[in-house]
This record gives sequence, C-alpha cells and structure tokens, in this order.
Amino acid sequence: MTRQASSPKSHAPSRRDFLRVSAVAGGGILFATSIDGVDAFIQAAADFTPNAFIRITPDNIVTIIAKNPEVGQGVKTSMPMLIAEELGVEWKSVRLEQADLDPAKYGPQNAGGSTGTPTNWEPLRRAGAAARHMLIAAAAQTWNVPVPQLTASAGRVHHSASGRSLTFGELAARAATISPPDLRSVALKDPKDYTIIGRATPGVDVKAITMGQPIFSIDFTLPGMLHAVFEKCPVFGGKVASANLDLIRQQPGVKHAFVVEGGSDLTSLLGGVAIVADSWWQAESARRKLVVKWNEGATAAQSSAGFAKRAEQLSKEKPGFTVGRDGDPEAALAAAAKVVEAAYAYPFISHAPLEPQNCAARWNGARLEIWSPSQTPQRGRDMLKALFNLRDEDITHHMLQAGGGFGRRLSNDYAVEAAHISKAIGGGPVKLLWTREDDMRHDFYRPGGFHYLQGSLDPAGKITAWRGHFVSYGPMHPPPNAPNTFAQSANIPNTEFPSGFVPNFAIEASLIPLGVPTGALRAPRSNAVAWVYQSFIDELAHAAGADPLQFRLDLLAAPRTKPAADGFSAERMTAVLKDVAQRAGWSKRAIRPSGNQAINTALGIACHYSHRGYFAEVAEVTITKDKALRVNKVWVAGDVGRQIVNPSGAINQVQGAVMDGLAELMAQEITIENGRTVQSNFNQFQLLRMRNAPPAVDVRFVLSDNNPTGLGEPALPPILPAVCNAIFAINGERIRSLPLSRHGYRWA
Amino acid sequence: MSYNLTVNGKPATVDAPPDMPLLWALRDMLNLKGTKYGCGIGSCGACTVHIDGKPARACQTRVAAAAGRSITTIEGLSTDGTHPVQIAWQEIDVPQCGYCQAGQIMSAVALLNQKPRPTDDDIDAAMNGNICRCATYIRIRQAIHKAAAMATNTHIAAQRGEE
Repeated sequence: MTRQASSPKSHAPSRRDFLRVSAVAGGGILFATSIDGVDAFIQAAADFTPNAFIRITPDNIVTIIAKNPEVGQGVKTSMPMLIAEELGVEWKSVRLEQADLDPAKYGPQNAGGSTGTPTNWEPLRRAGAAARHMLIAAAAQTWNVPVPQLTASAGRVHHSASGRSLTFGELAARAATISPPDLRSVALKDPKDYTIIGRATPGVDVKAITMGQPIFSIDFTLPGMLHAVFEKCPVFGGKVASANLDLIRQQPGVKHAFVVEGGSDLTSLLGGVAIVADSWWQAESARRKLVVKWNEGATAAQSSAGFAKRAEQLSKEKPGFTVGRDGDPEAALAAAAKVVEAAYAYPFISHAPLEPQNCAARWNGARLEIWSPSQTPQRGRDMLKALFNLRDEDITHHMLQAGGGFGRRLSNDYAVEAAHISKAIGGGPVKLLWTREDDMRHDFYRPGGFHYLQGSLDPAGKITAWRGHFVSYGPMHPPPNAPNTFAQSANIPNTEFPSGFVPNFAIEASLIPLGVPTGALRAPRSNAVAWVYQSFIDELAHAAGADPLQFRLDLLAAPRTKPAADGFSAERMTAVLKDVAQRAGWSKRAIRPSGNQAINTALGIACHYSHRGYFAEVAEVTITKDKALRVNKVWVAGDVGRQIVNPSGAINQVQGAVMDGLAELMAQEITIENGRTVQSNFNQFQLLRMRNAPPAVDVRFVLSDNNPTGLGEPALPPILPAVCNAIFAINGERIRSLPLSRHGYRWA
Repeated sequence: MSYNLTVNGKPATVDAPPDMPLLWALRDMLNLKGTKYGCGIGSCGACTVHIDGKPARACQTRVAAAAGRSITTIEGLSTDGTHPVQIAWQEIDVPQCGYCQAGQIMSAVALLNQKPRPTDDDIDAAMNGNICRCATYIRIRQAIHKAAAMATNTHIAAQRGEE
C-alpha cells in the first residue's frame, strides 16, 4: 500500500458528520439506549455491558456483537475489529456473536450499497473507546490512582508506575458502575497505535467453513421442521388457474399441497403452488409430477428481442424526457470538427449467488419467527408486518449467514413465501428452499439497457459535447404523477463522469414498460454505465488521436461545469489513474492507434467512481486468432480513504469484484422469451471458473485523507471497459454490445 | 429402500428412495450439512465428496449407486480442521462467502492425493468444475500450492524421523 504525498481532502471527519451518522444510526444516538440505561447496569450486576456491542464477564470473556448481515463481504470480521481495536483487547481472545435484527439497539443492519464501513467506522470505534475509558476509570478507582497514569491493552488495564495490572474481567463489575463518557467526545486511539485495524485478519468463520460446519442459512434446521418447495408462474406475476393437487397430495412424504393466490407486487408474494413434505427431496420429487395451468397475465408476450426492436425505434424518435442538461449539446454537435456516434447495449443478468434462496419460518398463531439470509432484514420485517398485519414485536428475525448476496438478497420474497406457507399450514416450523432453476428464473435481474451516444471534438481533440439517449425500462404501470419513473435500478444519474467536465452535456431517456422484476446487482447502474461511458471515452480518445490515459487525465483536469452533486473528486480519480498506469507500465506499453503491425496482446484502461470509491484498472489481454481471449493480468488502484480496515478481506473483495466483472463481460446474459426467463442453470448462465481467472490481480490502495468507505462494489465496474478497450487496441474491434460471447469471443 | 453406506469411515444406513441423490441423504438424513447444494446438475461442484477416494458430485450420485461404497465428506477430512488443505485454506484466508469452499477443498484434496506437487495446469484441470461465485480463485490456487508444500514437508520430516 502507498500513502499519497499530497492527499486530497474532501470528506474529513467532523463532529457534525458524526452527529449526522449517529442520528441516522438509531434513536437518540446510536448507543444511547444501553449506555444511558442505568437499569441495564443493575440488571447485569457482574457483567460489563457498556453498550449493545460489548459484553465482558467476570471470568474475562470478551464478547463482541457483529451487527450486520454477513453475505461474504467480510463485515462479521471487519466491524468487530473496529470495536476490539478501541476496546484494547487481543483479537484472538475475542468471542463473536451474530446479532439478530434489532435496529433500535444496533442501528441500521443492512448489507448493501457498500455502506457498512462508512456508516460504522465512527460509531463502532466510539463504542469500543467508551468501554475502554470505563474500564480504565474502574481501575483508577480500584487502585486510587489518577486516570492519566493508566493504559489499556491486550485485555488488561496497566499501571506502569507500580507494575500492577487487572484483566477486563476483573474490572467488569466495577466498570459497570462507572458513568459512561459522552460518545461524541470520547478520545479515540491515534491510528499509529493500531494493533488490529489495518492488520490482515482471516475471516472469523474461516475454520468453520473449511470444516463444513453448518453455518449457512440453508443448513439451519428446527425440531419437527417440514420442508417446502414453491412453484411460481414462469411469467412474472402470473396466477394459478388449476393444478393437479390431488395427485401431488398422494406423493410420498407430502403433508400439504395448495395454491397460493398471490398479489401483483413482484417483490412480494406471487401466485403459485406450495408443496410441503417431511423432507425437501420428497417435496421436490412431488413437484416433478406437478402440472399447473397458469393465467400468465399481460406480460406474457414480452421478449428481449422485442425490447431491442423497440429500443431501435425509440432511438429514432424524440427522447421521452431529459435526465440532465448542461449548455447546448445540439449546437455544439452541429458546429463540431468531428462527431463520433455509437450505440451500446447490454443484457439482463442474474445474481446467481451459489446458495439458492431459502428461509425458515415458524408461525404460532400470533407471532412469527424468521431465519433468513436477507441483506435487508429490516425491510423484510416491514413487508411481513404489512402482509400479516403484525407489529414489530410480533416478529423475531434471525439473521443467518448467506452463501453470497450480490444484491439478490436485498429482496425478501423468499421470506414472505416461507412465512406464508407456515401460516397457511396452520403454523409450525417450515423451511423453504428454492432450486437453482427457481433462483435463476425468479431473480430481480440487473436491467438491460441501450445507449445512443454522440460526442464531438474540437480541432485540438477536446470534447465539446456529449449527448446520450438512454433507452431503459419503466414499470408496467408507472405512478400517474410520475410517468417517467425508471424500473428498479434501471435509472441513470446525471452525475456520471464525464458529466460536469464537458461544457455541453445531456442525458435524455425513453422508457419501455417492463414486466420483468429488476433490482440492484453488485455496483448497480455502475456495472453497466461504466462499461458504456468508459468505452465511449476510449472511442473519443482514439478519434482525437490521443493516448487513452492522457485523454482521461486531461478530461479530469478540465474546468468543472457544475458542482459535483455526488461528491466526485477529480483529484482522487487522477491519483488512482496515475498509480495504476505507472504500475502497469502504461507509458511504455500502451499501443498507439496508429500502430499497424499485428499484435495479439495489449493493455486497456478504465476508471470509475461509485459507492464513494475511486477505482482505476488496467487489463493485459491476449487474443488468439480464433478469438480465444485471456486476461493475463489486471492492475487495480483504489482509493477508499485513509485506512483499510482488514487488508486480507479488502484485497479478496477487490480481486473477486474484478473477476465478477469478467464473468459478466464474457458470457452472462438472461434472455426473456414469452415473458419468462430462458436460462435456468449454470450450464446456460456461465460463472467464471478457475481456468478463466486471471492468474494475477495486483491490488493497491491509494490512501487519501478521507474517511474509510466500502469495498464490496466499486472495484467491479472498470474491468469491463478496461478489457474492451484492450480488445480494441489489439484488433480494432469496438465492443458495443455484451456479452463478448455474442461477438465470437470465448475464454482461451 | 434401505441402503448401507460407509460415511467418513463409519457405517451408516439410510432409508431412502433409490433415486434420491446422495447429496440429500448426506444433508438431511445423516445431518452432514457441509456438502452443499448449488445447481443439482453437476455443474458447480459445491456438493463434491469422495467416493472410494475419487471426487464425485453428490447431486449426480443416486443413493442406490453409493450403497456399499466408502464416502468421505468435508466433515471426514479431520475432526479439528487440521488437514493440511484446511490449514492452508485458513492461513491464506481463502473464503469470501464460503459456500463453495467445502467442495473446493474436497476437489483439492483429491488432486493432491493424485499429484502431491500439482502444476498450475493440474490445478486448472482438477478445479475447473468447482465454481466460486465470489471468485476466490487466486487464493484457492495459492492454498493448493501451500498445502502441497506443507504435505511434502511433513512427509520429508516423517521420513527423517524414521531414519
């Protein structure tokens, strides 16, 4: 890792920032409920529970609570690290517990938007520090010495003058009587004294994972639990007309088989047939004999081919509405020395987490208990409350570890189904498990999209205008007062670079009504628009006869046409671009467009800002004659602030994000025909495999003086355009539709 | 139907329909949850176990076909997580979500049993049937090389001890 000599500063922490974060986090301030609750101290006379996240018992067991859902992003490790650091314990001595859903106690409990680190960086360190100050105060009382003479480390308070020390456990009872410090002003450690934050720390469950211990949601069982499958209409939102339930009820082990009417909200309970049996295999075997006649509904004629045809028509018409507009792009285009036009398109894609959707539910006539791998358990509970007419206190929501999220489990459809089935059979524990086919055919897909772009250059090669007509999707029935509503995650912000750096810039849009559910996929919007914009910037660079790196640096140095509405810092992006280019040897190796000797290996570069993170990536790509493609190496430079909490997890996230992007790029496509999803399993929807993986993804974090931000998402978007830009450098083929397999490419 | 299997060195009897995949017998009848369901068509490798020492997809093996055979699951590698491949995985900190890793480890163990010092090409060939959705492939490769080195060192140490 490197520290930049001159660090741009845009989001330095301030007291005001913390107050804002805390107010968002929960009642009063995040930790006020338990810190100020004197009752809690009396109740736990011997234990020291200074807040919702820490419990220290007299036998010196220090337990830290992991507050957020773990879906593979590593927060069950990194967030307790923040607390343990400030508390002053040895990491290896800490016990960890996964919290249940209780936002009043823990603050927001979500896994999405790469928000875990930025939201918790301040509050969790302060929770740890408050406990440390209370333990030190307890020791000062015990020994009757002044607080400044005491230090805390490795789970003990030390008095160096006398050589005495006490364990946190020995101090627990007295610490529980100490008044808590003000969380907003409690003194935090100097980062140079960190012993946990910044150290590569293996995931807390790594041993359990390697031993095959039952830690995942799919592994969870309850005594007497029944097992359910749920067959939904292949056309989204379709309803059951009739089904051969009598035959199904006769199948071995089957206890219940019934029609679920379902509603029209594609994020909630939909129509289908539920089969409940003693074992999952029995339920699934019975399902294979199920014959359902469906009322498929109004969207049964929709298709990917139809969407593409409609987009082509719309591209020739006046756009439906304007997303954003600066200057006069039409006039600038008309007056330009050179105009470049291109049409880009990308498909729907599926999340395909390796653990299919599942959930256990137990309805007991008045209360509901849920064991769910949700990324948004609070939103899930709200849906269940509304559907079953319950109150918060009627629902216990256990957060179980998920075998991947990628945004799929931002939705809670599986939890709604499990709860409905438990209630419909009169209560009792039921586990719903989807097949892989269910999972792929009933996803909230990354929406496809179509971009019709025009860019103009002046004689000096500077961009004078950029105009984009984005043909995207809207809901089948948009709100009457908001006809220009995009489908979920199908929107485009008016801030996407080079917006703000080109004097005449417009994004306009037209919408196609869509009956296919869509949602956020890892780096939503960015995973598509970065490919489009960073490819088109490359086209403009080549049209200008400029080096693609220098063209981007010049663009970033152009005067701003408007304030950055999304916090984008040109300085930070410039820094990561320069870092990655230097490490990849860009200046020596980049292929000039004028070069005419045949080559089969080249570098491509791209950058993108999303989820508060700045990433620039260079891909070295080799293509053989039959379009067999290999990514030999990827260099990544990322700026996510001044501190990487857990370098081991951080590098893993970045390398995984790069490879995830490569999988999307090469072959991933969900096709809609007759209103339903064509692909159903990994033989038709290809994930990346060992042989396709680049042998090296060289990751460096460029540290800047900004608060740390998240890493689940922002490293993904640049890799798609970086590889496509390398392809252009090799053979002059500009990839304007995805996936690459449509153009004859395959993995070498 | 009743089938007698040997699972992790111990006899086990399951009462199951003959077409039930071994995967569900292991998970839901013998309560060995380490073997994972990912695709049900033998495409992802999350359900990899060893049958008579060879890697096999438990979702593609009918329980009737597993009768009388010796099956090793992830739970049978060690009682305490100290098989060299498990240790290598822990030290390299391979997993992200971890869901595929039992299958990855079972494929890696089978590879190392065949080829104690595998090349990168050997690893590509042996591991290509195991999907890691989080794409921890770089670390999987590192961990296999590390486990190979550990096992060889242990073997050398054992030989020296005998001398």
